[in-house]
Amino acid sequence: MTSTAVVARRLAVGYGGRAVLTGIDAYLKAGGSTALVGSNGSGKSTLLKTLAGLLPPVSGALEIMGGAVTEMSHKVAYLSQFHPNGFVLPLCAVDVVRMARYDQRGRWARRSQTDDAIVAESMEMMKISNLGDIPLCDLSGGQQQRVYLAQVLARRAGLLLLDEPTAGLDAPGRAAYMEAMVFERERGAAIVTATHDVAEASTCDRVLLVAGRIVADGPPAIVMTPENLLETFGIGLTKVGDHLVVTEHHHDH
Amino acid sequence: MIDPFLDNGFMQRALVAGILVSLTCAVVGTYVVLRGMAFIGDALAHGVLPGVAMATILGLPTMLGAGVGAVVMIGGVGLITARSKLSNDTAIGLLFIGLLALGVVLVSSSDSLTGDLEAILFGQFLGVDTTDLLVQTIALLAVCAISLYSARPFLLLCFDIDLVSTMGYKAQWYHRLMLLMIAATVVVSFQTVGSLLVFGMLLAPAGVGALLARRIGSMMLWAAGTGVLSTYVGLLASYHFSWAAGASVVLTAVAIFFLTLVFVSVRKSLTLASA
Repeated sequence: MTSTAVVARRLAVGYGGRAVLTGIDAYLKAGGSTALVGSNGSGKSTLLKTLAGLLPPVSGALEIMGGAVTEMSHKVAYLSQFHPNGFVLPLCAVDVVRMARYDQRGRWARRSQTDDAIVAESMEMMKISNLGDIPLCDLSGGQQQRVYLAQVLARRAGLLLLDEPTAGLDAPGRAAYMEAMVFERERGAAIVTATHDVAEASTCDRVLLVAGRIVADGPPAIVMTPENLLETFGIGLTKVGDHLVVTEHHHDH
Repeated sequence: MIDPFLDNGFMQRALVAGILVSLTCAVVGTYVVLRGMAFIGDALAHGVLPGVAMATILGLPTMLGAGVGAVVMIGGVGLITARSKLSNDTAIGLLFIGLLALGVVLVSSSDSLTGDLEAILFGQFLGVDTTDLLVQTIALLAVCAISLYSARPFLLLCFDIDLVSTMGYKAQWYHRLMLLMIAATVVVSFQTVGSLLVFGMLLAPAGVGALLARRIGSMMLWAAGTGVLSTYVGLLASYHFSWAAGASVVLTAVAIFFLTLVFVSVRKSLTLASA
């Protein structure tokens, strides 16, 4: 596995040639974790989609796992924020996790013992081994999110791009997710998460505060200052333990 | 129960045609239902009308006209969504109603076509010949081959289009292939069940499958079984009561869907009550 997961130089990301987040210079190493923190519409999800190869960069240079993003997108595991079809598909939980192994098996090959072992391990990590034969549509939102996370884990990808991964998870679900991320990092995977969860962001090596541009970039203890958070969210926030407390409102005049 | 099919060649051909349409629509309809593409399916089913009418006026094969109509529909939707901020369903709706209106204008302006309108819309189930059966068989084999070859990317496409790309497949390519498969099914099947009723055969049996199945493969099997049963019962009803054959078949399929819905709802209530 290459030691460099993402290299971005003067990257701008957006839709239809219109940039929503600019000035991204980032070097993400294998085994590292980065949190993208910002308000709604700040460009977090757009950046994740660009890293996943789902959107072309508006400008700048981007390398994923040492290659062009279009050639390396299959080495990336991407968790999107929405799964509109989850409730209608006639699939059991284990079928959804098994999909993660398609890129290893190609078009025709059947599941190998290795595939089955990885799927079982991924479901165990998310504590959903007992839900395997239950139709996805019969699971709660939080249980479905665990299934989607297990699918990401089963990819065994070099770069994990997770959009709001803890949305809908209860406390045991969050704990399972945190443990799984430690496992992934020890395996050598780089992780990038878009999150509003300060506790989750604080566990990462690095935090990028985004608000249409990179407001601050560095270790969470240094970056998440009241001044930076004011600039990022437009309201005064102070980190108290794992929580953000509103201290003042931003005034443009 | 089986005498009408033993004694009459036209009933035998109608039964075979219906089974072929049912099997083709079971595979394609499963994807239509799972991806929520019913509107584009409906639009294609209606959009072929002006192509068929124009082909009839020019003395060309109607299937060629239907194919051109389907291509105009799919290409037009892609063009409108690429060149404007309009949503997919607005683009489909505009072309759907535009092509349908053009078809009605063409049919109403030609005396020779007026009598054919019913055949175009509702098919000629009892008038299919061996050439129709051959074309329908080729379509079924093509649809099965495409579905087998694309089984994994198609499943990913149904689940999450973003996942297709990150698995190394070309998402837009497979999306277009699926659209092409739907269009081909509509074009080939309209001569048997008609351009209006083919939509029913795409949706109703696959809807039954969606209610009962826990895997996509079994959903296709349920859809195929429902389609074949509907064909048999519908043709029998048509023979004994002199009902329109295509409408009888589709009506049976829709009735089976609602019976299944009631069955599933009652079963769920009983399960909850006993829990």
